[in-house]
Amino acid sequence: MSIFIDQTSRVIVQGITGREGAFHARQMLEYGTQIVAGVTPGKGGQTFEGRVPVFDGVAEAVKRTGADTSVIYVPAAAAAGAIYEAADAGIRLIVCITEGVPVMDMIKVIPFVRERGSRLIGPNCPGLITPGASKVGIIPGNICQAGRVGLVSRSGTLTYEVVNHLTRNGIGQSTCVGIGGDPLIGTSFVDCLRAFQQDPGTDAVVMIGEIGGTDEQRAAAFVRAEVTKPVIGFIAGQTAPKGRRMGHAGAIISGSSGTAEEKLAAFEAAGLGIMRRPAEVVGLVQARLRR
Amino acid sequence: MNLHEYQARALLKAAGIPLPEGEVASTAAEVEAIARKLGGQVVIKAQVHTGGRGKAGGVKLATSPAEAAQVAERILALRINGLEVKRVLVAPTTDIATESYVGLIIDRESQRPVFMVSPAGGIDIEEVAAETPEKITRLAVDPRYGLLPHQGVDLARTLYSDFTQARQAAQIMARLYGVFTGNGATLAEINPLVTTPDGRVLALDAKISIDDNELDRRPDLARLRDESAEEPSEVAAREAGLSFIKLSGNVGCVVNGAGLAMATMDLVKYYGGEPANFLDIGGSSNPEKVVNALRIITRDPNVKAILFNIFGGITRTDDVANGIVEATNAFKVNVPIVIRLTGTNEAEAFRILQGVGMTALSDMDQAVEKVVQVARGRS
Repeated sequence: MSIFIDQTSRVIVQGITGREGAFHARQMLEYGTQIVAGVTPGKGGQTFEGRVPVFDGVAEAVKRTGADTSVIYVPAAAAAGAIYEAADAGIRLIVCITEGVPVMDMIKVIPFVRERGSRLIGPNCPGLITPGASKVGIIPGNICQAGRVGLVSRSGTLTYEVVNHLTRNGIGQSTCVGIGGDPLIGTSFVDCLRAFQQDPGTDAVVMIGEIGGTDEQRAAAFVRAEVTKPVIGFIAGQTAPKGRRMGHAGAIISGSSGTAEEKLAAFEAAGLGIMRRPAEVVGLVQARLRR
Repeated sequence: MNLHEYQARALLKAAGIPLPEGEVASTAAEVEAIARKLGGQVVIKAQVHTGGRGKAGGVKLATSPAEAAQVAERILALRINGLEVKRVLVAPTTDIATESYVGLIIDRESQRPVFMVSPAGGIDIEEVAAETPEKITRLAVDPRYGLLPHQGVDLARTLYSDFTQARQAAQIMARLYGVFTGNGATLAEINPLVTTPDGRVLALDAKISIDDNELDRRPDLARLRDESAEEPSEVAAREAGLSFIKLSGNVGCVVNGAGLAMATMDLVKYYGGEPANFLDIGGSSNPEKVVNALRIITRDPNVKAILFNIFGGITRTDDVANGIVEATNAFKVNVPIVIRLTGTNEAEAFRILQGVGMTALSDMDQAVEKVVQVARGRS
């Protein structure tokens, strides 16, 4: 079992003929993801890798292929438009990998997607993977292994670092979700924790947060109130200076809020297992699952 | 990207928000001329990207053009929190009856623009929020409709009992909302919003931050960036497509991915060291980025050792290895380099490095521990 995606997910790639889109579409096909269509306006009628039909628009792709999931690799200037189009076409899960989407776009995109009953993951995220079943995004498949630990993170390579520790120690994952490093994102830690709590295939959850905002604090409160499964947490950016954007647009301590100390204190109060460094994930997950 | 006060004022003025006259100058002679033109008492304000200007002596009054020139001379010679004062704003002083605060931010929790207004203006709003939160009124705006007229009036009435003033303030808020959304701001504040003894409502100081992601499609705003107000190494890094922040430690860090870069800095600290920088070389596997990264880091004389921490997913570790070899051939790196590589093409990467007599580790903890020791041994 898993959350958000599984082997039945029918995926379209928006921006499949672009450099990034084509590269990652190939990787996803190789992993076994059901890529049923690609979309690039003006390139309709082409075939990608000799087997994936390309359409001019998402609505047409959905009508012809029954796609329910979309992954977006278009440039930042076109990303909001691509998300609107996917939601309008009835896509249930929209994963936006694109980095650099203006906040002013996202304040309108997020309610639009929500009102249509769709879920947006990202933007500026690595996507998600249900090991052995489906990969939607850019998380390297070879470091993951199917299993029963859920993982949710605001980061990309830091996620890989943690997943790698789990896999090398024989701890497989149900689903790994990268929710993105921007200040406004479609799916929060709380959304993922709720889904993992409900997923019979997940026994424990690893949550990788970072400085900036209050999403981790709200997640901690949610864990305390509604999550019965063990949760292990990490916060990146303990040494980050205030007021500076640490790569991710969302990773910034504003005034005195969004610090690592504040988030770790919330984790502690909610009884999470706290990783002080990525390598500690293994011991903590093992200990919590034995309880 | 933060705008200077004079730049923020120009945006407010263009939107029709009433504010006192004012001009920007970079020499004492210019200041004198502006003061003469304005007549009467003027205020001279340092234009630097930092708080606490007043306390540092960066905001002063002058009663004559000659005094204005003297005051400007002193302010233009200041460094405030390490930043050189290159420009000053000269404005006539305003008689003030009351001072309020009006701010707009993007609230991450409600995912909307949120107004914050308070009758306790003129001071740091964080202080008000911490000490007297009841003095702040908040309103989340639905971005599809903007600030509705009655919402603006309701907000303004929390500031002013006089309805004429409330109406003026409501109009200012509506225009501020237009400036905020029209320029892709993440923060726009008027502090203080004042009333004058004769009942007018004026914006006396303005602060605007623009979303960096907005700048690609808004070259007019991108041009407002003041690179002289930034750390030179950070300007160089941005031009090379790197995300870099200079810190004060002695362990240089080159990492792929922002989250991993932060976690690497944290681990340096965990093992008793101090990071010299945050640096994310990004996802692309381009040797040139590695060369640029090394160039920028080695310019910092505090750096005693450099750590590479690369998790190859999309980034191919053999490309990074080639970049390291290329960089160390291109110029002499005088500090030891500790390399951690794992993931895509790692065997090839290790072979490339061994070919030039370099070694690499595959474990992050081992590499960080080692680089901290090496840096300590050379300090």
